[in-house]
Amino acid sequence: MDVNISKPFASGPYLRLVVSNPISTARRGGPEHLMEHSDEDGPSADNFVFCLQSVGTNRDRKAFRVLFDHFAPRVKTYVIKLGCTHQQAEELAQETMAKVWHKAGQFDAERAAPSTWIFRIARNLRIDAFRRERHPEFDENDPSLLPMEETPADTVIEQKQSERHLRTAMAGLPDEQMQLLHLSFFQDMSHGAIADSLGLPLGTVKSRLRLAMGKLRKIMDENEQMDTAD
Amino acid sequence: MNRWTRRINAMRVSHHIPEEMLLAYAAGSAPEAWSLLVATHLSLCAECRAAVGRTEKFGGALLEGLEPATLDDDAFDHLMRAIDNSPDVEDEARPVEKIPSVLPEPLRSYVGGDLHALKWRRLGAGAFHIPIVTKDGTAHARLLKVPAGKPVPMHGHNGEELTLVLTGSFSTYQGDFHRGDVEAADADVEHMPVAGPEEDCICLAVTDAPLRFRSLAARIVQPFIGI
Repeated sequence: MDVNISKPFASGPYLRLVVSNPISTARRGGPEHLMEHSDEDGPSADNFVFCLQSVGTNRDRKAFRVLFDHFAPRVKTYVIKLGCTHQQAEELAQETMAKVWHKAGQFDAERAAPSTWIFRIARNLRIDAFRRERHPEFDENDPSLLPMEETPADTVIEQKQSERHLRTAMAGLPDEQMQLLHLSFFQDMSHGAIADSLGLPLGTVKSRLRLAMGKLRKIMDENEQMDTAD
Repeated sequence: MNRWTRRINAMRVSHHIPEEMLLAYAAGSAPEAWSLLVATHLSLCAECRAAVGRTEKFGGALLEGLEPATLDDDAFDHLMRAIDNSPDVEDEARPVEKIPSVLPEPLRSYVGGDLHALKWRRLGAGAFHIPIVTKDGTAHARLLKVPAGKPVPMHGHNGEELTLVLTGSFSTYQGDFHRGDVEAADADVEHMPVAGPEEDCICLAVTDAPLRFRSLAARIVQPFIGI
């Protein structure tokens, strides 16, 4: 069956502006009332939120195409970096997007940014397919889950920080910390393997990774303040 | 409010997962046995959940920043055909539990149920264990049960070990560990954890190398029990 373009779409602000011209609008940042939140150098996370919600509620193929065109090629690059062949990477990118299609109804914009949500899906599928392991996850609905005592500032505001602010701030990470973060995300290396490949003591690798985590926290806290000030 | 709810609500985690392990978990580079322990701790610790959330957001930003690869020409149509030919399934719904269990997810699923479902194996000196099956070829996960008030014989470590407390408590020279707390030990640590007197101490322990027991008796049985 071909893409069903004749199907009427539910009404929504992005339909006129985003879906009617998915590619160019996505690149420019989408609906005008969202422009102030969109990144200058890329599509707006808010557009992807609308797209995911529309796929979830309306099985909206045009919105899905917007997501596919943006994320599938990046997921493919991600898993190629992690050692997949071209063919495996093509399949994993497709599998990731199939999951996005099926699970879009579970996407919660209050809890995660679209890129974070899709990163998790791609990461877990890659572990499953390539390492033949599982990525165990906690269950949000488990009654044993211990909730936050007060307002979980970290978790609620997490996705409100714009990608632009985050990416700008990331550029401020010291090179040696950024290198270790890249090795963790893209080389599938244990800390011991990272230490061996860099010729550093394990303790040094660990303490640098801790510094990097502290720096990430600081960046995100600052982001939060910048976004609140916007 | 039952006994467990009261106890769980009163709990406060004070020993967390080492940050570099949270990072490895979020990045997807931690092997399965470690990830199982991290995810189980996350169920019990909102602070570490937030840290993993931040790191995954960083992962999302890294993904955004990658140079897009070229996909096969018909990639989208191919995917839509596959989607149209497969039933529109939601993820399989897990039976919803209403009462907090002692073992949180994902551990509960790994061992096939809560405490009452467990089949403990004798370990000697009154202690019991249950090896947990993962596909991880580099590290081993197991549940340990040490009787209230009893010590685990003095031992050192050839590699790394993380221990997450699920019931009761234990103490070492590094402090007291209660439900949700994680003790990290490595080759520099030699210790004799002692279970608290209040109840049996059940822990999830992950190691990537055999322990070094001081006593001859413990060393003799060690190969047979796989610790």
